[in-house]
Amino acid sequence: MGLLTFKIGGIHPLENKMSAQAAIEEFPLPTKAVFPLSQHLGVPAKALVKRGDTVKVGQIIAKGEAFISADIHSSVSGKVAKVEPVLDSSGFRRESVIIDVEGDEWDESIDRSPEIIKECKLESSEIVKRIHACGIVGMGGATFPTQVKYMVPQGKTVEYLIINGVECEPYLTSDHRLMLEKGEELIIGITIMMKSLKVDKAIIGIENNKPDAIAHLSKIAANYKGISVVSLKVQYPQGGEKQLIDAVLKRQIPSGKLPIEVGCVVNNVGTAFAIYEAVQKNKPLIERIVTVTGKTVSKPSNYKVRIGTPIISLIEKAGGNMESTGKVINGGPMMGKSLITVDAAVTKGTSGILLIENEKSKRIPILNCIRCGKCTSVCPMGLEPHLLSIISVNGMNERTEKERVMDCIECGSCVYTCPSGRPLLDNIRLGKRNVGIMIRNRSKK
Amino acid sequence: MGLLTVSGSPHIHGGLSVKKLMWGVVIAMLPAMLASFYFFGLGALKVTVVAVLSALIFEYLISKFILKQQPQLQDGSAVITGVLLAFNVPSNLPCWIIIIGALVSIGIAKMSFGGIGKNIFNPALVGRVFLLISFPVQMTSWPVVDKAFPMGLDAITGPTPLGIVKEGLKNGEPMSDLMNQVPSYTQLFLGQNGGSLGEVSALLLLLGGLYMLYRKIITWHIPISFMGSVLIFSGIFWLIDPQMYVNPLFHLVTGGMMLGIFFMATDMVTSPMTPRGQIVFGAGVGIITIIIRNWGAYPEGVSFAILIMNALVPHINNFFKPIRFGKEIKNGK
Repeated sequence: MGLLTFKIGGIHPLENKMSAQAAIEEFPLPTKAVFPLSQHLGVPAKALVKRGDTVKVGQIIAKGEAFISADIHSSVSGKVAKVEPVLDSSGFRRESVIIDVEGDEWDESIDRSPEIIKECKLESSEIVKRIHACGIVGMGGATFPTQVKYMVPQGKTVEYLIINGVECEPYLTSDHRLMLEKGEELIIGITIMMKSLKVDKAIIGIENNKPDAIAHLSKIAANYKGISVVSLKVQYPQGGEKQLIDAVLKRQIPSGKLPIEVGCVVNNVGTAFAIYEAVQKNKPLIERIVTVTGKTVSKPSNYKVRIGTPIISLIEKAGGNMESTGKVINGGPMMGKSLITVDAAVTKGTSGILLIENEKSKRIPILNCIRCGKCTSVCPMGLEPHLLSIISVNGMNERTEKERVMDCIECGSCVYTCPSGRPLLDNIRLGKRNVGIMIRNRSKK
Repeated sequence: MGLLTVSGSPHIHGGLSVKKLMWGVVIAMLPAMLASFYFFGLGALKVTVVAVLSALIFEYLISKFILKQQPQLQDGSAVITGVLLAFNVPSNLPCWIIIIGALVSIGIAKMSFGGIGKNIFNPALVGRVFLLISFPVQMTSWPVVDKAFPMGLDAITGPTPLGIVKEGLKNGEPMSDLMNQVPSYTQLFLGQNGGSLGEVSALLLLLGGLYMLYRKIITWHIPISFMGSVLIFSGIFWLIDPQMYVNPLFHLVTGGMMLGIFFMATDMVTSPMTPRGQIVFGAGVGIITIIIRNWGAYPEGVSFAILIMNALVPHINNFFKPIRFGKEIKNGK
């Protein structure tokens, strides 16, 4: 049997999984932790603490009141130093809670024993409440508040829970290590998610460059009903949720719709683990696995880091040489965001810190489009990036919408492959923004 | 520590460049180019050197003094145009005519549209057709290939195999007699083929084409649909009346067919961008070629067919969109 993969387009960048063999290490406590109130998709949370308050590990410090929002918990114990805008990794000043760390005192309700609890006592609706209360967001990088996915709209049915263990981004290995080291917990997390969604089938998709993870999870999953592991071809962007569903089930989500349309809910393996800890251990999302890697890092590593830890301390510990580094990326090289400052904090969505050497930090010179059509042939959504790029820049919003600019998943395959080094995705993002505004104005009328 | 570079994703590049693509095409043309030196001797060498040099010089001068841009000679596209122009003319063509051809190719067909990537028509073909119409006598006196390494510049001239057949059919000669006057299929395929420089060896052109397919410089869509439509369309008439219409295989190995299939029609700038569009484009070129060869005034039709289809490329691009992911379209559009 050939390996499963998605149907349209795709590329195969060098995998460079330099930290794949590095076991997860517990990262030391920071002396100061910073919690931006917007580290999830949607409305920022509102601070519940003020200067001088003492907090414990796991205590809620900000409440996400809107429908699409998430609570934020302190990952450290100590005193609140300030609640004020702090420069975040993208260079915006965002309201943040800053805590001076004192000791490591945990909230008593959190079960810190290493014991693995298999049986889940909560009912479906209680699970969703717990996910909400623990501030769980999508751990793959998009940080979409997880409880929203688990409130299935009326009239829709979920048939499959798809678990994303693809990790198709080059360099990143945090999901890989998690699958190897926390396999049992992760699978229990999946059974809890299945219970909450009331589905009896879950599929874990993993790229076949991680045969050890596939074997390990398959072995554990054999003891649980309804969970299967499938190996997928190494092809980027295999881990895009639309591509993953297409690869695993041969179902394509219609343009502009969500996975629920084809009877699926998709979550990352990191999210499954976070749900396990939330439901079985009552532990909010205060830690995550972060890969620190790159050609200028002497010891590529995977760390279990308290959220709020400054990124620079991770780089220092991994032996990152900032002199020869020209660019630091939060996430993978294909979809990650370049940081404006390494003093910013690790947030819920920080899956990796990637250092790019000076020589590779600048883009290649822009030349004329030679109409080779390679962008079109690699686009996993069947779009024409060269065309979208031009009509976006020219402000032809109606046409841009008709050419399905909103389908673009911003995977970057077009730019990766363009021989002329054209900034296709920059232009398409502009088009998406303008078309988005046009659509919102239309619905207002 | 210096300042960090900040830019939108993606942060890595696959390493493909215009230069790599274009010089890859040049490498693919080398076997056929060497074969033309072998069969046509110094004349072919002279034509090639003059065509390439004048293409480079015109591109340099126009970029620098008219468009006021940094000349991009290193990208290799002017070299391709020069070699393709040389491939499209006879080896005894006077230098001044070649220089005019290069000026038309580079100056009119390429730079006046804005340079590389912006032109609608294949530059080398525009140059060739311009010369064919302006200097019909010089452009159609083809040196005869009678021996390898002809060292003299004044070879005996004669019509091409396609010309012999076209003229003969017009005079009512039977097909079997005509087929005796032209080289055998094997000779045609291997290279004993009077005509332009690049019409000489179907085999070596095929080799170059396979190399480009292997390097992923071109895809199979245009060559296969072009070849297929030639075989099917000419095959229908051959089956109806083999005395009046030539064998489809003869079409395939003569004239500029192989050159057109692998090097002219596949020019990425002037061909459609989606696989489906490329198939339509290739099929269109094949059919128009056979129409011209069978019923037109010229014995050869590949150049005209490609230029006609070049003009249709924007429409083909609009009509044949890629296969979209999740076909349903929002907003009822």
